Amino acid sequence: MLSKASTERRLLQGNEACALAALAAGCRFYAGYPITPSSEIAEHMARRLPETGGVFVQMEDEIASICACIGASLGGVKAMTATSGPGFSLMQENLGYAALCEVPVVIVDVQRVGPSTGMPTLPAQGDVMQARWGTHGDHPVVVLAPAGVADTYRLTVAAFNISERLRLPVVLLSDEVVAHMREMVEIEPSEVVDRAAPGEDPATYRPFRAGPDGVPVLAAPGRGYRFHVTGLYHGEDGFVTNDPKEAERLIHRLARKVALHQDWLTLAEEHHLDDARVAVFAYGSPARAALRAVRDARAAGLPAGLFKAETIWPFPAERISQLARQVRAILVPEMNLGQLVGEVERAAAGRCRVVPLAKVGGELYTPGEISAVLKDL
Amino acid sequence: MAAHDGRLEIRLAGNGGQGLVLAGIILAEAAGLFEGRPVAQTQVYGPESRGGASRTDIIIDRVAIDYPKATAPDALLVMSEDAWKRFGGSLRRGGLVVYDAGLVHPQTGAETRAVGLPLTAVARDTLGRAIVANVVGLGALVALARAVSREALEAAVRRRAPQGSEELNARALAAGWDLALEATHAGARP
Repeated sequence: MLSKASTERRLLQGNEACALAALAAGCRFYAGYPITPSSEIAEHMARRLPETGGVFVQMEDEIASICACIGASLGGVKAMTATSGPGFSLMQENLGYAALCEVPVVIVDVQRVGPSTGMPTLPAQGDVMQARWGTHGDHPVVVLAPAGVADTYRLTVAAFNISERLRLPVVLLSDEVVAHMREMVEIEPSEVVDRAAPGEDPATYRPFRAGPDGVPVLAAPGRGYRFHVTGLYHGEDGFVTNDPKEAERLIHRLARKVALHQDWLTLAEEHHLDDARVAVFAYGSPARAALRAVRDARAAGLPAGLFKAETIWPFPAERISQLARQVRAILVPEMNLGQLVGEVERAAAGRCRVVPLAKVGGELYTPGEISAVLKDL
Repeated sequence: MAAHDGRLEIRLAGNGGQGLVLAGIILAEAAGLFEGRPVAQTQVYGPESRGGASRTDIIIDRVAIDYPKATAPDALLVMSEDAWKRFGGSLRRGGLVVYDAGLVHPQTGAETRAVGLPLTAVARDTLGRAIVANVVGLGALVALARAVSREALEAAVRRRAPQGSEELNARALAAGWDLALEATHAGARP
């Protein structure tokens, strides 16, 4: 079905694109518990994984789901799970386990209106801070937010590549609009990053000893490399340590691992920003309304532009800081009461106005709602 | 904020269980798969598997689609009174509304092209299956809105129809298409 030879035009739903991209990226294990609005990902994986020799498991809940994925990944297989807010809450503890134990795993959270059961079929962006800080303790995580079906495909592949390259959990933070939307998309062959194999002898292999890139090499099982994995702080050999100096080294390395690679893993699209005097910062489905609002503003003579963030964590602070020197105001529409706008304010550091725009209740912005604020900036 | 030339916004609205989201997917496939045009289809529905409000928007354009939902639909299919009350006002000035005359009793201004047709009655009484009212309605709407060709729509309907129901659904499409053209030619408000 999925030709890797050339570009292919297809009409796909967002969730279907996520599943197809996961397979193209080499995912061969999926464990999950279906939940609206993510269930189609599980449906497609259940149908397709067995065709590729992969394994699909419907687990008893989301705690077990992420644990199974972590186990599969340590077993040498690329793994993914998908859920929505209530399930994402349950996954938080073990998301931290994956971060500390440096286990590559991709977690899809298709956001719906929360908290609690909330409004299962309606979109929101309320999990932005949870995706960054939902598990306890300082930890590295990369979070990508698609704004359409083509984005979903491309960013799902990127999520696997980043996760494997940096040995950390990556969250694909979708939303109900993006997940259930169908669009014509062009699927291009993807560049796939596979896990590196240790170059040294099993006798000297240290599973948590990093090279200059900050990333240790994870050995596949059955090749003679033995290692120990624990959610306690550990030394380079993987065994428990309570040494403050060693612990500090580890936590700094985990943070540095993302910082060192921020250039290539910070993904974004810029529209009409070159001569912009006002900008919109948007991510996820609101970016679609924002693009239209920006075009309408330009048609009316206002030099507006759009920064569409795709990697939202780590936050693209450097670029936003530059932008704040260029424009007089940045408008930040979010389908929450204001989560990422705080990061925009931090990056802008008073160099331009940062104007939050909040919409909750389960409806996507209309372009008109953004235009109405944009025109007065 | 007028839509630019070439952008066509279509909204299908009614109750959950009437098959309108599926009708929207069929229309999107007709435009995208069979005519190769840029298309986006979105939906809004409730947590119930039947009942509650349900709607789908289909945007067909000549260029890549930025905003994937309808802001002022060019054409609206309404299959419930509630859907008319919610979305009747969103219709573009001069836009087309096709409604199920057995279920909806709209009052429309002179600037609206309103066409009431017995969609569910035809599905139930003529075709023998009320469940295909969505395809009857889709056929009627597309015939008047000229969103896609009849050939593309029929191919998309057949592709999505459950095995064994292809002919029934093709007949439902033809019934809706003919009904709409006859009604508008027979002196219903153009």
